[in-house]
Amino acid sequence: MAPLVGVVVFPGTNCEHDVVTAFELVGAQTRFLWHGERSVGDVDAVVIPGGFAHGDYLRPGAIARFSPVMEAVAEFAGSGGPVVGICNGFQVLTEAGLLPGALGKNSGLRFMCVPTTVTIASARSVLTSGVAVGSELTLPLNNFDGNYVCDDRVLDELRGEDRIVLRYTDNPNGSTDDIAGICNQGRNVVGLMPHPERASSELTGSADGLVLLRSLLSVAVG
Amino acid sequence: MRFAAHVEVRLRPGIADPESATIERALPALGFDDVSSMTTGRSFRFELEADSAEAAQSRAEALATQLLANPVMEDAQVSVSVGVG
Repeated sequence: MAPLVGVVVFPGTNCEHDVVTAFELVGAQTRFLWHGERSVGDVDAVVIPGGFAHGDYLRPGAIARFSPVMEAVAEFAGSGGPVVGICNGFQVLTEAGLLPGALGKNSGLRFMCVPTTVTIASARSVLTSGVAVGSELTLPLNNFDGNYVCDDRVLDELRGEDRIVLRYTDNPNGSTDDIAGICNQGRNVVGLMPHPERASSELTGSADGLVLLRSLLSVAVG
Repeated sequence: MRFAAHVEVRLRPGIADPESATIERALPALGFDDVSSMTTGRSFRFELEADSAEAAQSRAEALATQLLANPVMEDAQVSVSVGVG
């Protein structure tokens, strides 16, 4: 059976169809998880896509973390289920406390919508298990608040535990230690700012994201 | 008793604040070359019901740290006073 990927939709999420299309391309089944749902059902993995959940009011992710579905996502993550937050989804995961740190304004104070090159810094996560450390991927970046911030204690922890999974090769937004993506201690919750789902076809510029999506599916098989 | 609360949220020292830096850079063009240390933030005002000023202060602080500010990046200054805002 193809793994079932649950795609969380808040009011204001706008990348859910891209995520569905890309995951179906690599053989997944998908279903939407509306923000008001109190269970993630029988999904094998959860993806929180990009967009502007709840209008990004207050701060990106600040209101989304109170949506009923987030309790179910936290429970799923707590039991080892793979969870990936992309862009706004990463912001939601940090606000929800499922990942440490926060995403501040880009250092250049600009909304950035550009292809960016990232290096796989750790293959020990649900999103990067199928990719060799050091591999370079070109993935679109599309955000205003992509500047990863954390205190020194968290940074030491992330480095010491090999939890920085992606680094920018040419840091475009001021992120601490060039961080583009991190995982939790269990390595089953990953947040990243670039959009692998938007790099899923050569026809639209790059298919580099597919290796990440396939990694997630390979661990999500129920 | 009814209290008026004021919460001011600002980026913590050391956290990059490109918005304030951009404002500061624009000032010399207006002749304000004597201005420095610009910071920006957000201000929240609300009313709350509590038995004492201490209780109101502690409720407002809880709200500030749990929602209005993200403690990873931001500090919140909270003040309450008797009466409506």
